[in-house]
Amino acid sequence: MKIFIPTPPRPFAGGLDTVEATAATVAGALTALTAAHADLRKHLFTPEEKLRAFVNPYLSYEDVRYLPEEEATAVTEKDTLTVIPSIAGGLA
Amino acid sequence: MTTLYLSRDVYKEIRAHGESTYPHECCGALLGTRAESGWHVAASVAAGNASTDSAHNRYRISPLELMKIERAAREQGLDIAGFYHSHPDHPAQWSETDFNEAHWLGCSYVITAIENGHATLTNSFALIGASEETKRFEPEPIDLSD
Repeated sequence: MKIFIPTPPRPFAGGLDTVEATAATVAGALTALTAAHADLRKHLFTPEEKLRAFVNPYLSYEDVRYLPEEEATAVTEKDTLTVIPSIAGGLA
Repeated sequence: MTTLYLSRDVYKEIRAHGESTYPHECCGALLGTRAESGWHVAASVAAGNASTDSAHNRYRISPLELMKIERAAREQGLDIAGFYHSHPDHPAQWSETDFNEAHWLGCSYVITAIENGHATLTNSFALIGASEETKRFEPEPIDLSD
């Protein structure tokens, strides 16, 4: 499957904007991604091995956290996964 | 120090967006290409403010809209260079909330002060650092071109 890497984590993925991974689930794909690019792990995961709160995993156009099986959701080689940091702020 | 390169058209668009949503905050993305000296912005994309319960002092782009913007940028051969938002009746200076919620390392965060509905100062801050723990905002000049 293809994993799309947005601008911020790209330097930690060898500058790649897309990474190919073979996995059975979303969690497996993220593990494969960070196994291939170890520096990415601390940007995507907390020291407790949870996805950081500001990292939004999307399987195609579905928010993985709202899928019934969340990160255990099965994937195929035709799927795409995007890990996109959130954007927010404001004056107060 | 990096520089943010903007066309006058994009500069006008993001400031006009802030005026149009006043007294609420506006927000959007900047698409462009990266050079050693900084981002060269090719286009801006206005986004909806998903922080509907506190739009006068907060902004948020929904992850789904953000992903669609990112995907469209790729198809144009562009990257997300940064984001812009407005500070209604507040200075064009990043706030603690802006900093805490900033996670796009290497990108530019542009803030326009809107006073009584009119855009005044627009500033850009580069989010630099190697990680969440070492990130910081650094002011960067905006280079305007025709």
